[in-house]
Amino acid sequence: MTNAALTTDEALFQFLLRLGDNTLILSHRVSEWCGHAPVIEEDIALANTALDLIGQTQFWLGLAGEVEGKGRSADQIAYLRDAWDFRNLLLVERPNGDFGKTLMRQFLFDAWQSLMLAKLMKSTNIRIAEIAEKASKEVAYHVERSADTVVGLGDGTPESHARMQTALDDLYPYVGEMFIGDAVDAALVKDGIAPDPASLRNDWDDLVGRVMAEATLTIPQKPFAHVGGKSGTHTEHLGYVLADMQFLQRAYPGAEW
Amino acid sequence: MVSTIATTSPTIDQVWGWLDAVPDPEIPVISLVDLGIIRDVSQDGDEFVITVTPTYSGCPATTIINLDITDALRQKGVENLRLERRLSPAWTTEWMSEKGRDALEKYGIAPPQAAGGPARCPQCASTNLERTSQFGSTPCKALWRCKDCLEPFDYFKCI
Repeated sequence: MTNAALTTDEALFQFLLRLGDNTLILSHRVSEWCGHAPVIEEDIALANTALDLIGQTQFWLGLAGEVEGKGRSADQIAYLRDAWDFRNLLLVERPNGDFGKTLMRQFLFDAWQSLMLAKLMKSTNIRIAEIAEKASKEVAYHVERSADTVVGLGDGTPESHARMQTALDDLYPYVGEMFIGDAVDAALVKDGIAPDPASLRNDWDDLVGRVMAEATLTIPQKPFAHVGGKSGTHTEHLGYVLADMQFLQRAYPGAEW
Repeated sequence: MVSTIATTSPTIDQVWGWLDAVPDPEIPVISLVDLGIIRDVSQDGDEFVITVTPTYSGCPATTIINLDITDALRQKGVENLRLERRLSPAWTTEWMSEKGRDALEKYGIAPPQAAGGPARCPQCASTNLERTSQFGSTPCKALWRCKDCLEPFDYFKCI
């Protein structure tokens, strides 16, 4: 794909894949906790979060299929692409680690998603604005819970504090990718369809800074950012996620129940 | 082909009435109309168009709800119908009817409050309450507990 050849619809398709793949892959990661969380309330909360995210995925990937115009459904896009065609952030494919690390990843993403959706509610693309309006109500609950948990565990016991600091240190290099724009973003910024990713950074830093201060955690000062997910260059972890998630449709193509 | 089914088409009000008899599949004490998810009933020529909005994006009841609407109206002889999904304005618990709110409380689910938490325990009416979890047995509910009668209960979240 060369930049010169990027039409608005092509950019829009890529952007919708990014939104839908973020929620799809994170939903799958979160659902891995189902039946394994430390207490039943947390188990239910994680399952509810995963459910919201999969619902949002159906909207984003459904719209991506319409924009693409090749008759692909959300299910076909989710189940029948390989890793190099996925456009999610590297952050959401990170393995769960312990419960604290899962909630740290969730908070770093929720903070970004809540800001992104607030901007998308004002998109010139009415379909995007409608989905963002719906999703933002759900994400308000997600970010409240993940922030509370990060504070509770960060400002908790010496053991939980140490684990949360390790989680933040491990995940922080995957934060930068959320704010780095490319040709796809530029094409949509021009038409008022999506915000410049860099424009979300200050608000995100404020929100995350407040929560980490309350959680007595130290934000790493290294600016290094792993990138690649948005353009299809993933870590080895995504392949394992897909092997699990896509098995049934690969083994029994078109299976329904 | 000559139709032998009733020649008089039902009115919009009749259709609303029939929909008000369709229970929510997860919380059967309230109807889909009480829940506020039926946004419009209209006629497009001979076809009835029912506009439905989802409660939560991923709510698994959504598919069942669409099926229940179709089944209920077919039983009343409405064969020619179309369901449309409307996302905006997004569903809010403010659209829940008073009848629905009362039915929820009688059933043991505290109805949504703008303040963000239940007004009282649906069992003993105490206001001495605590939240157990922001998320409950369905996407639309949270878990609370009464500190007087000690009963856990569902609270219908305000969104």
